[in-house]
Amino acid sequence: MGNSSMLVSILAAAVSSGTPILFAALGELIAESAGVMNLGVEGMMLAGAVTGFLASVRTGNLLLGVVAALLAGGLLALLHAFMCITLKVNQVVSGLALTLFGTGVSGYLGKSVIGVPLPNHFTSVPLPLLSKIPLVGQVLFNHDWLVYLSFLIVPALWYLFYRTRPGLHLRAVGESPQTADALGVNVFRIRYVSVVVGGMLAGLGGAYLSLAYAPSWIENMTAGRGWIAVALVIFAVWNPVRALAGSYLFGGVDAMGFRIQALGVRVPSFFLKMMPYVFTIVVLILITASSSKQSSRAPEALGVPYERE
Amino acid sequence: MGTAENAVEIRNVTKRFPGVVASNGANLCVRRGEIHALLGENGAGKSTLMNMLTGLIRPDSGEILINGERVSMRSPADAIALGIGMVHQHFRLVQTFTVAENITLGMPTPRFRLDMAPIEREVSEFSARYGLEVNPRAKVWQLSVGEQQRVEIIKMLYRGVRVLILDEPTAVLTPNEVKELFDTMRRMAAAGETLIFISHKLDEVMSISDRVTVLRAGKDVFTADTASTNVRELASKMVGRELAPPPERPRGVFGRPVLEVDGLKALGDRGEMALKGLSLTVREGEIHGIAGVAGNGQRELAETITGLRRALEGKVVINGKDYTNRRPRAIIEAGVSHIPEDRLGMGLAGNLPLTDNAIMKDYREDEIGPGMVIDSGRATAWTRDLVSRFQVKAPTLRTPVRLLSGGNSQKLLLAREATHDHNVVVAVHPTRGLDVGATEAVHDVLLAQRSSGVGILLISEDLEELIVLCDRISVMFEGKIIGSLEREDVDIDRIGLMMAGIDPQGAAHGKGADQVEAGV
Repeated sequence: MGNSSMLVSILAAAVSSGTPILFAALGELIAESAGVMNLGVEGMMLAGAVTGFLASVRTGNLLLGVVAALLAGGLLALLHAFMCITLKVNQVVSGLALTLFGTGVSGYLGKSVIGVPLPNHFTSVPLPLLSKIPLVGQVLFNHDWLVYLSFLIVPALWYLFYRTRPGLHLRAVGESPQTADALGVNVFRIRYVSVVVGGMLAGLGGAYLSLAYAPSWIENMTAGRGWIAVALVIFAVWNPVRALAGSYLFGGVDAMGFRIQALGVRVPSFFLKMMPYVFTIVVLILITASSSKQSSRAPEALGVPYERE
Repeated sequence: MGTAENAVEIRNVTKRFPGVVASNGANLCVRRGEIHALLGENGAGKSTLMNMLTGLIRPDSGEILINGERVSMRSPADAIALGIGMVHQHFRLVQTFTVAENITLGMPTPRFRLDMAPIEREVSEFSARYGLEVNPRAKVWQLSVGEQQRVEIIKMLYRGVRVLILDEPTAVLTPNEVKELFDTMRRMAAAGETLIFISHKLDEVMSISDRVTVLRAGKDVFTADTASTNVRELASKMVGRELAPPPERPRGVFGRPVLEVDGLKALGDRGEMALKGLSLTVREGEIHGIAGVAGNGQRELAETITGLRRALEGKVVINGKDYTNRRPRAIIEAGVSHIPEDRLGMGLAGNLPLTDNAIMKDYREDEIGPGMVIDSGRATAWTRDLVSRFQVKAPTLRTPVRLLSGGNSQKLLLAREATHDHNVVVAVHPTRGLDVGATEAVHDVLLAQRSSGVGILLISEDLEELIVLCDRISVMFEGKIIGSLEREDVDIDRIGLMMAGIDPQGAAHGKGADQVEAGV
């Protein structure tokens, strides 16, 4: 293996390893931009992973698996939305409960399919022409359909946020729900939709792990990726494009760990597993610290339940 | 049916809140194209009336007519659809958005894709038409207060609002900005817009309005063409009676100075010079009142004396010792009690029970607990004693104080501050928002303190209160004391003029003089 092909394979692995985090981070980003923090990402990812896997094993249909994962994530998020938006429960508490719940339930549901192989799983589909571009083609355009989907979501979300009225209203609800409400924007509806769509994306991130990345079901297979996604959103200053960069950074260091082990370098494997988490956080802290204060602030109403006066 | 020449007609509306009747059969009639001033003291029911007109609250009884038709509104958005919009004192703007984004927020079109360029052009057109200069691409957080207010006005005009309510719009503006706002208001009225101008500043009402309605205790008590009335008449309608001279009382016995402020300078929250070399003295057994229009440095003065704000220059001397820029605790221990403006924000911890609030300053004393420990039995006894002595009405001593009425929480605060070992009291608006009974109780406590030799600095916007209580009244204007009167020499007219920045005995001071000339 030459140096350049080594680089290509690490970069390509960075993309696929970063994709589940990217899905989850984008979901959290939507909910938080509307003002609702959801710390249940880890739980929703696991729920998505296990239901996606179960549905695919039972039906033999990957697409149904993805749909099941979206539903599972969305359903848990709906619970969170009801708790936080309607009942105005503390968002941190509700989110933590959701993670505990998702972890437990997924473990229980997945018992029967541990070690069961998937009839088929998402495989790489090299895109015609694009995959032939030197270097870039191999890194970006030799993946499965879910990765391509994530490529589409990032710019779509950016466009929605910064170039459309629903996006403007969503951000207004996260910044100043009083202002939005006074102008006739339906704060509750926007928050519900944002949280539920966010949960669906987290579920999709989980399904990516069990249907494409692994592909198998292992209890607790997210291994903290949901938490990384939550942290990423903060350091990405609620910007979808930065969330993409952060996810791939995590994926890259993760992929590098495998390569280093494969090369037989004597580093403890626990240390290598720790690296992507530490590295991602440190880099993002440095980026955040160097950017200007106004641009790195959280949505003003983040975590605050809205009540009409 | 109402008459169609009236843009707004409010008939006999009543609104009760637990414990108060905020609006008690109030009427208001505003003609199309006029600037109608709504005048009244704090708590007269101006906000309640306007909140009903903008759909924030619904009247218990009575009716509201817009252009002669009866309407019922459930939200501000409903009101805007009917052509009624309000610019609140606290702006409702998204700080991180641009001006144009704030203005288009909540509009139905364009439905999906937002191209800001045409919206920005429209905003510029509105700016030009009414002289509301503002850059549509600027982010709101970068704008001055005056500019943000312009954004709020454009936001309403952009929605086709024909009746614009301005809630004390000048309170936050510099004199120059006030002039610009008034120009804009005249231009809008000339273009056929109807304006309701809420204020408690008489000179402004006289200078800008076509007609004026005075509210008192939830009722309209007076309506007239502005040209046919005068400041004195309006003032007496607001207060309800001609301001009486201070009641007779024997001249106090004043001892040595307990609080001396000398050449004090300090910055306000926005970095402006709020105190510009202020000096005053409070003696034992004296109530020294500070009058003045809100925002002339009163809050900063109280905070600098009590150690909550840094003094840049000058001295604060308490009982003969220099306490400038010492920690609040040192100042408390020097004998200063503080009754802050915002009693639940600064004076009491709303979620904590009466007991915790009552011992908050004296928890170190042996009566409450030795050393590090708080003896809950002694704390409860201490609190029970305060509550009964100061007649605080509360369900239990474990009740969170935020559940108490304004009067009872203020009495608790007073009880704590008055029993604390002290000989100076700094009181800021101690009766604001209180009913008559509670106000009297507060006054009694302050007078009792005076009799026992405590020196009191009383900052208030309520002239009547100052006249009744004070041995000496000083008027604050733009960070300085502009003039000072002994109780025997108190003259309402002179105080009024000084509040506007003119000392009749001396020359006009600062920018305020222009404001008055421009205004009247």
